[in-house]
Amino acid sequence: MFVRLVYESFRRQKRRKVLAGAAITLGVTVATAMIAVATDIGDKINRELRTIGANLVVTPQEDSLDVEIGGVNLKPPSDGAYLNEADLPKIKDIFWRNNITSFAPTLPVPVRLEHAGKQQDVTLLGTYFAKRLPLGGEDFTTGVRSTYAWWKVSGAWPDDNSRNVLVGEKLARRLGETAVEEITVSGRRLRVSGILSTGGAEDDQIVAPLALAQEILGKPGAVRRVYVSALTKPEDAFGRRDPKSMSGPIYDRWYCTPYPQAIALQLTEAIPHSHAEQIRQVAQNEGAVLTRIEGLIFLITLAALFASALAVSAAMATAIFERRAEVGLMKALGAGKLAVAAVFFAEATLLALIGGAVGFGAGALLARQIGQSIFNSQISIPPVLLPVILAIAVIVTFAGSAAAIRRAVTLDPVFALRGEL
Amino acid sequence: MSAPGLQNMSHAARDLAASRAHGPHTSMFLRMLVRAAVLRRGRAASALFAMVVAAAVATAMLNLYVDVQAKLRREFRNYGANIIVVGRDGASLPANAVAQVDSVLAGRGIAAPFAMIVARTSDGQAIVVAGTDFDRVRQLDHWWQVSGWPAGDSKDNSHFSQNQGEVGHPESYAALVGVRALAAVTPKNQPFDLSFQGRTIHLTPAGTVQTGAAEDSRIYLSLADFVAWAGVEPSTIEVAANGSPEEVTAIMNQLAQAIPAADARPVRQIMEGEARVLGKTRATLLAAAALIILTAALCVLSTLMGWVFDRRRDFAIMKALGASGRLLNGFFAAEAAALGATGAVIGFVVGIGIAAWIGRVNFHAAVVPRFSVLPLVLAGSMAVTLVSAILPISLLRRVQPAVILRGE
Repeated sequence: MFVRLVYESFRRQKRRKVLAGAAITLGVTVATAMIAVATDIGDKINRELRTIGANLVVTPQEDSLDVEIGGVNLKPPSDGAYLNEADLPKIKDIFWRNNITSFAPTLPVPVRLEHAGKQQDVTLLGTYFAKRLPLGGEDFTTGVRSTYAWWKVSGAWPDDNSRNVLVGEKLARRLGETAVEEITVSGRRLRVSGILSTGGAEDDQIVAPLALAQEILGKPGAVRRVYVSALTKPEDAFGRRDPKSMSGPIYDRWYCTPYPQAIALQLTEAIPHSHAEQIRQVAQNEGAVLTRIEGLIFLITLAALFASALAVSAAMATAIFERRAEVGLMKALGAGKLAVAAVFFAEATLLALIGGAVGFGAGALLARQIGQSIFNSQISIPPVLLPVILAIAVIVTFAGSAAAIRRAVTLDPVFALRGEL
Repeated sequence: MSAPGLQNMSHAARDLAASRAHGPHTSMFLRMLVRAAVLRRGRAASALFAMVVAAAVATAMLNLYVDVQAKLRREFRNYGANIIVVGRDGASLPANAVAQVDSVLAGRGIAAPFAMIVARTSDGQAIVVAGTDFDRVRQLDHWWQVSGWPAGDSKDNSHFSQNQGEVGHPESYAALVGVRALAAVTPKNQPFDLSFQGRTIHLTPAGTVQTGAAEDSRIYLSLADFVAWAGVEPSTIEVAANGSPEEVTAIMNQLAQAIPAADARPVRQIMEGEARVLGKTRATLLAAAALIILTAALCVLSTLMGWVFDRRRDFAIMKALGASGRLLNGFFAAEAAALGATGAVIGFVVGIGIAAWIGRVNFHAAVVPRFSVLPLVLAGSMAVTLVSAILPISLLRRVQPAVILRGE
């Protein structure tokens, strides 16, 4: 009888059920989409923040001091230590390898530039542009094009295996020609594939493939610095602690959290004779920005959950209120409070489950849409969340119906049937 | 509004007649509006509650949407300079450059001058020495990890007296030493000498600076000490200008005009990164706001439609008593508009409170109430309530009053 009551109620009152179900679906859709966005926003913004540049730098351990003013390196090339280019793939071998979005090695070489009969001393910077590194099964493409996304080239980016170079825009202006085709650097004739504009020291330099710089310097495999761009967790009090003072399990927890310091330590361990450090200007501030945005979206998600819960309760309250006469009839026929409440709760559960499942699907689609249109990457929601979302939908629907159901069961059948309330 | 109507009821018949002669329609209209709200307090209250929540959420979201740029921009200013002013071709800037930059900024940012040379240590090692204004650097470059800042400019050098430990060094100047420079120059943190073009300066490390970048290899002096020793004026001014990209560009152009001997250029990675992150955050916020406002509006719609639908008896009686379609529409529309306006105003106040709370919790700064949002919220609320009142009415109008009154 109970099952039949519920079944018939769904079969005969399609319009009302569809309305209430639609409200639940909509509420769950919004809630799901917002939860998906909130859980993923940190990662997305973190990637956007990587456009500000590398947040970690690896230097040789026994390096001498940098002597550099305004992009001009005054350090003698024989001075100081180098890293080995062959060690670089190890960067993608550390514990947090998937958090390393890109890296770029640099090798500044002081050279003598001859052009149109004039000679001047400039810095030639060897680096990767978009170098493909074979890493086990898959290739990893890295270099300044991803690490320094704001570098702009008019012309073409050189190939990493070529002998083409980029000339900084200020240097090109000093050479007195808008379109520099070819330059002679330390006796080598090099083709210029484009003019580089960075707004930084590189505007006064020549940027060349790393192999070419090593050849000019006469030190195959030498790298002066590696700039690493990594997704990190905002530094907190725990992250700031000195790892040397930690005991076993606490140290493991610190080591396995992507703090800038922890990743720097792992890089130091991975590359022989190196010292990795966070670039505080980038690393420290992105933590602050990230925390703010995550906090904001979290609070807004709470607001979204609240609004959708309210919409669901409003719809349920209206749906039940409209069925006073039915309640009156049931009670007049001898149904107890419990029986009436049970029918309504069973219906609410069914509605919540159906609406919740549909809403979860729609919310996942919506989140994907938001991810595509705003971040150009997908926001996916783990299917594990489905039971959680369904449980929330049932609870909210119950909570929303509770007041209306209580009023319905305490209703005097006489008034209800006469349509007076 | 209700006062005249109710008074007329309780006063003498003469007053009643007079008032009816004046404007019977208006008074009856108002009375019906007020009584409808008072008699069915529960339902009216729940409709009003839905309206208040929707308006509050909408207000808070719009407020945050407008304000979040300013809030996040402030966070991004912690990245330091977004404009760099350099003397053309490495030349020094004019002596009054900092004052000129300050007058262009007029409080819209902070600027710090830097002068640099390559000096030699007593064992002949080359090292970059910079002169700067420590007070300004502290405000500009928050990420510098400094163990102890040297006391400001040593105009009278009186505070050096305590450092004059050794005889033969009449003056010792306080220096901020980069961590790598410290290891190379004075690992034991002792006073050391630097020479530049034959002039020697005696320095005492006051503290160390660590940034992970070029600063670690440098030694910083206060600008006055630096100029007195090396005779080199600042060649670079780092400027952190507040405001939107357009405002920053405008400041940059003004700087270029004010100091013709210098180039003003943007720090592109900071400006572009800021623009990207702000744009994406705002877009996400907008999407969230649209979703939330839509949900809230639908909540109002369903509550209100239920309320109006519930009153089909009132509607039927009025119609049976000869009310015209126009009057009925007007009655329910006025009721909806009154509800929408009341809800919007209360919701606006609540929403401003929510936005302010979020601002305090998340950004540690007040979110300024945007009263420009009020008309928007007001109009939106009234539109939603009107739709949710008119929709059921237009459905009911097709039904004969007798059918409704019989409860079918």
